[in-house]
Amino acid sequence: MGVLLNEVSLSYPGTGLVIDRLSAQIEDGEFIAVLGASGCGKSSLLNLIAGLLAPTGGWLEVPDDGAAFMFQDSNLLPWLTAGENVDLALKLAGQPKADRPARITRLLELVQLGHAAHKKPHELSGGMRQRVALARALAQDRQVLLMDEPFAALDAITRDLLHEQLRSLWEQTGKTIIFVTHNVREAIRLSGRILVLSSHPGRILETRRITEDLRRTPALAAALADELTAILRKEQRKHERTNSS
Amino acid sequence: MSAPTQARIRPAVPAALALRRRGRADAVIAPIITLIVLVSLWQIAAWASPLREDLFPGPAAVAAKLPELLADGSLLSAVGTSLFRALSGFAIAVLIATPAALLLAHLPLLRKGLGPLVSAMQVLPSIAWVPAAIILFGLSDATIYTVLLLGAIPSIINGLLSGIDMIPAQYSALSRVLGAGKRQHILSVQLPAALPGYVAGLRQGWAFAWRSLMAAELIAVGGSLALGVGSLLQRGRDLADLPLVMLVILVILLVGVLIELLCFAPLERKLLRDRGMTRTGENHA
Repeated sequence: MGVLLNEVSLSYPGTGLVIDRLSAQIEDGEFIAVLGASGCGKSSLLNLIAGLLAPTGGWLEVPDDGAAFMFQDSNLLPWLTAGENVDLALKLAGQPKADRPARITRLLELVQLGHAAHKKPHELSGGMRQRVALARALAQDRQVLLMDEPFAALDAITRDLLHEQLRSLWEQTGKTIIFVTHNVREAIRLSGRILVLSSHPGRILETRRITEDLRRTPALAAALADELTAILRKEQRKHERTNSS
Repeated sequence: MSAPTQARIRPAVPAALALRRRGRADAVIAPIITLIVLVSLWQIAAWASPLREDLFPGPAAVAAKLPELLADGSLLSAVGTSLFRALSGFAIAVLIATPAALLLAHLPLLRKGLGPLVSAMQVLPSIAWVPAAIILFGLSDATIYTVLLLGAIPSIINGLLSGIDMIPAQYSALSRVLGAGKRQHILSVQLPAALPGYVAGLRQGWAFAWRSLMAAELIAVGGSLALGVGSLLQRGRDLADLPLVMLVILVILLVGVLIELLCFAPLERKLLRDRGMTRTGENHA
C-alpha cells in the first residue's frame, strides 16, 4: 500500500493556510520527490503523512504501521553511539533484544558504516551522521520512508555519494520513498516522479515523470532542470511579493 | 640538519590529546597559583595591619589553630557529622525533587500553580527557615534536615525542569516517529537529554544543601544535636576566637570545593564530552 492524499489542507493559527486541498496518490514502491521553494509547506506535508500533524481538511491514507522519517538534520541522540541510535529504533519497534546486535551491524553495513558503530554523533562527519540516520529510519522496517531534505546541509561530493547509496538502497528494499527537496537536480537524479508544489499555500503545480532515459541523457535532464527551476523561481517571487504586501 | 629535522621526527601527540592534557594542567595550576597569591596577600595585609593579631589574624595564625583542633578531635568529628548530614540530606532531596520535577514537567497545570512557588523558595535564604524549624522540631536533627531539604529541593527541581525545557522539540518528533510511548519517551529520550541540566541542578542543589546546613548548624546548637562544622563556627564566635572562626570558614569552603571538584565537575565534564560539548572556557578536545 502506498500513500493517498485526498483534498488535504493544513492551516496554522496565525500563519493561515499552508497546504490547500492537495491530492496525490503515491504508489507502493515508488520513489517520489516533492519539490518546492522554501516555505511552501513541503515539510508540513511530510509531517502530515508521518502523523506528527493532523490535517485541518481532507483526509489521507497511510499504511497501518505508519512511516519511517528521516529529518533534515540527522537528529541523532548525541549521548548514544551510532549503533545505539539504530538500536533505539529497533527497541521501540519491538525487536527482541537477542536479534538486535546482528541487525544493527547489518543496517550500518548497508549504509557502509559498519566500522563506526561505536562512534558518537559528534565524532562523525555530516554525511556519516545522515547515513546513521538513514540506517535508523530503515531499522523501523516500515514500507514508507519520508525524507525531509536530508542532504541539504551536505557538501556536493558527500551529497553525490549519498544519492548513489540511496538509489541503491531503494532498489534493494523496494520501499516507498517520499523525498522532500528544494534542489531540482537532486529531485531529477533520485526520483521516478516529481511533484512541484506552489508557494504558500502549497498545492500541486506540476507533476513530472522521470524516466531512466531522461535521467541518463544529460541534455534532457538539464532542460527539465531549467524548466523546473524557472517554475520555482516564479513561485518564489510570488511568495516574496505576497509577504512584502 | 638540526632543529627542523628533529622537530619532524619528534613522536606525534594527537592535537586533541595534547589540548586536553594542557586544559587539565591549567585547571589544576591556575587555582593553586591564585590560592598562593591570595594567601600571600592576606599574610602581608595581616603583617601590615595596625590591628592586633586576634582581631585580624593572618594565615599563619589561623594555621596554628589547626593542630589544637585536630588533637582534641573536635574538627574531624564536626566535619564527619556535617558531611554525613549533608550527603544523606542531599540524597533525600534528590529522591524527593526528581519525581517532583518530572510531575511538574508533565502536568502543565500543576507547574503553573507550583512553579512560581518553587522559584520563590529558591530565592528565599534557607536561614529564614531555621526559627520555624526550631519551633516545630526543637533542637534536633529534624530541624537541620528540614532546613537543608528546603534549601536543596527547589534548586534540583528547577535544574531538572530547565534541562527538560531545553530539550530540542525535534527529539519529541523523533520519539513519535520511532513509535515511543510516553514512558519510553521519558526514559529513553527525555531524561538522558535533560541530564546536563539535571546535573547542573544537582550541583546547585549541593551548594544550597551545604550552605543551608551551615546556617542551620550555626543557629541550632545544643539539645540532642551533635556538633557540626557550623556549630564549631558558633563556638569560635562565643569565645571571640577569630583564628578559629577563620579556620572553620576555610574548612567549610574546602569541603564544598572538594565535593564540587571530585564529584560534580568530573561528572559534568564527562556528560558534556560524551555529547561533543565543552564548558565555556575549556578546550574542545
